[in-house]
Amino acid sequence: MTTTQDPPAREPHTQEPTGAPPTPAPGAGETPSPDGRVMSGADIVLESLKRAGATTVFGYPGGVVLPLYDRLPAHPEVRHILVRHEQGGGHAADAYARATGELGVALATSGPGATNLVTAVQNAMMDSVPVLFITGNVARNLIGRDGFQEADATGILMPTVKHNYLVMRAEDLAPTFAEAIYLATTGRPGPVHIDIPKDVFLEEAEFRWPERVRVRGYHIPGAAAEDDVRRATELIDAAERPIIFAGHGIVIANAAEELRAFAEHAGIPILTTLLGLGGIDQRHPLSYGMMGMHGSYHANMAASNADLILGLGMRMDDRALGRFTDLNPTAQIVHLDIDPAEHNKNVETAVPITGDVKHVLPQLTRAVQRASHPEWLRWIDDLASEHAGSLTVSEGPALTVQYVVQQIAQAHAAEEDFTVVTGVGQHQMWAAQHMSISRPRQLITSGGLGTMGFEVPAALGAQIARPGASVWAICGDGGFQMTFQEIATMVDEQAPVKLAIMNNGYLGMVRQWQELFYKDNYVAVAISQPDFVTLAQAYGIRGIRVTEPGEVVEAIREADAHPGPVLLDFRVTADDNVWPMVPAGAALGETVETADELG
Amino acid sequence: MLHTVVALVEDRPGVLNRVASLFRRRGFNIESLAVGTTHEDGISRMTIIVDGHEGIVDQVEKQLMKLIDVIKVEDLTNAEAVNRELALIKVRCTAANRREVLDIAEIFRAQAVDLSPGSVMLQAVAQRDRVDGLLENLRPYGVMELMRTGRVSMRRGPQVTAYEDGNGESPEMHRFHSEAGRLPEGELPYVSD
Repeated sequence: MTTTQDPPAREPHTQEPTGAPPTPAPGAGETPSPDGRVMSGADIVLESLKRAGATTVFGYPGGVVLPLYDRLPAHPEVRHILVRHEQGGGHAADAYARATGELGVALATSGPGATNLVTAVQNAMMDSVPVLFITGNVARNLIGRDGFQEADATGILMPTVKHNYLVMRAEDLAPTFAEAIYLATTGRPGPVHIDIPKDVFLEEAEFRWPERVRVRGYHIPGAAAEDDVRRATELIDAAERPIIFAGHGIVIANAAEELRAFAEHAGIPILTTLLGLGGIDQRHPLSYGMMGMHGSYHANMAASNADLILGLGMRMDDRALGRFTDLNPTAQIVHLDIDPAEHNKNVETAVPITGDVKHVLPQLTRAVQRASHPEWLRWIDDLASEHAGSLTVSEGPALTVQYVVQQIAQAHAAEEDFTVVTGVGQHQMWAAQHMSISRPRQLITSGGLGTMGFEVPAALGAQIARPGASVWAICGDGGFQMTFQEIATMVDEQAPVKLAIMNNGYLGMVRQWQELFYKDNYVAVAISQPDFVTLAQAYGIRGIRVTEPGEVVEAIREADAHPGPVLLDFRVTADDNVWPMVPAGAALGETVETADELG
Repeated sequence: MLHTVVALVEDRPGVLNRVASLFRRRGFNIESLAVGTTHEDGISRMTIIVDGHEGIVDQVEKQLMKLIDVIKVEDLTNAEAVNRELALIKVRCTAANRREVLDIAEIFRAQAVDLSPGSVMLQAVAQRDRVDGLLENLRPYGVMELMRTGRVSMRRGPQVTAYEDGNGESPEMHRFHSEAGRLPEGELPYVSD
């Protein structure tokens, strides 16, 4: 293990106020209400964020948002975090929202600023994360003239957001923000985008925050229809081998307690999707781990052999379910989701229920009979012990990702707010398998879009959201190189993120597929890196290199003991594959545990 | 199979873009899409003809409803409804055979709306298959130009496809909802970037 010399301590980055100071309060500690005051569009934007309580903004300045930045110092309640790339700002806002359940905010300028956000916006869309994306645009009289830094941000982002707005008058700003934030954070949450021409920031209008937001084309499902509950109850009471698929909706709705109560009452084992991890404590006797492409063998077999599937707050995604047509042709399916468009989209469902899991699970708990299914649980338990081998973690002699992430999890097992952020690929799957994710919002990972490079900026966002928490980013050596510029932001903000790079010189998941499905034809998959420890030094943070399994525990301890950000370069083995695996296009029942089984 | 879907949407910039983008992105096939204003200020109405099986149409309706600017969606495929499209057809003809063309038009209840020495323009307001039949009979003379609006549909009887606005809104929120996103009228100050 090698550790760099600590560089000289840097002064924390501070923002010197350059604009007018805020209006002094008339009474002690009282701020004058902005309501009814005439102010610039820029001030209305900032007052709106304050009114909504969304005062942490990950942003990057540029020409058309200068009027907004000019007014930032007058609103010290708004914390602006200067990122190094708009995509990083978007992912940080996304992770901030995932970590807290509250709105994340990202800000960018027009043109390239807006287009750099696209990946982050779609990432938030796929995983239903409430993020407000604000972009500046060219002045109103220049729109459509292809001027400097003009891009049709409203048009580009339209299919990637829950909704978006182009604001053409300063007086529309407050109602737009009220409506946008309402849409982003209610129902099935999602990203909402507001595009603001430069001169709208400068135009003056009265600040009028609407008392009530009313969107006539928008409905928020709550409790389920009694008839749906009755039909589901009949199936649940009659089932001998019921199983729950718990998804991201359980975490989003803060419904982990309701899920546990329902499962205990009805005696139903729980599988989670990748994003459902944390919806149930993995030590709970009814928790049977993760299902899906790299789910455990027994979980996928239980899904395939159940006679009743209860999909709860999940969208029947292909990575969770394998080949849809052969998911489990004999099982009845009850599908509860807040978004009715998810019903019968991928999988035919006997009883689709539209509702919020937070409301509907207690309805179901009241309606169904108390039950237990000991034979069914024993069947899964037996399978789990027979097939534990493919999830065994070896302590050596090679340094493996599985061992490293398991040790990181064990070192923080007693911490209530330990947070894991991952990139995408093999290390993500091993983190999901071996880090005993047991609390909602403990795992922050890009599920639907599978965005490599999410990990570094997302860890920044999670740490800003939870300043006291141990935030560990499990990074791939490929993804890390996409977005590591945000280390500079961590240094500025004194965000003590621990960046654990699983460095094996390969794009591991791509390499695994080339080995297994492209006959060892390795193309464009071995990657070179900079010396990560030297890179850490260049950023002024501590760097630790780990090459032996025996050094892992000490390196983790050292990283945790250091008050600032730490980069750990784990030189892990290159030829490992993630098992079990549902081969692409196969059904969950066709899960394999070794390459030999693929034939 | 063709399905008739009627949608009430906010009369706002971008709404047609959102609907068209949804169909493209999800691979739904639009046979025709007709859009126009309604008697309600701020609400437009679309009649969308979709090709696909029942499951596809169910998805079309639900995905449309997910768009914030879509207020209401109804499937009128099996409803008692009046379905019409308007077609303008310019047919090649001379004084010698004009009578034949006008006879065909009369049989299909189309009207002549323009005349020149070498052509006649017919207007047909009819169900889709009657327009198809008319066209088939006109083809031998030479169809020079054709524009069809696509189907518009409305339920028969007193039942309506409408939005019941129960609780209204303040005048300023109404202004916001009906004008947001539109470039204000009049001269704007020049702001350079």
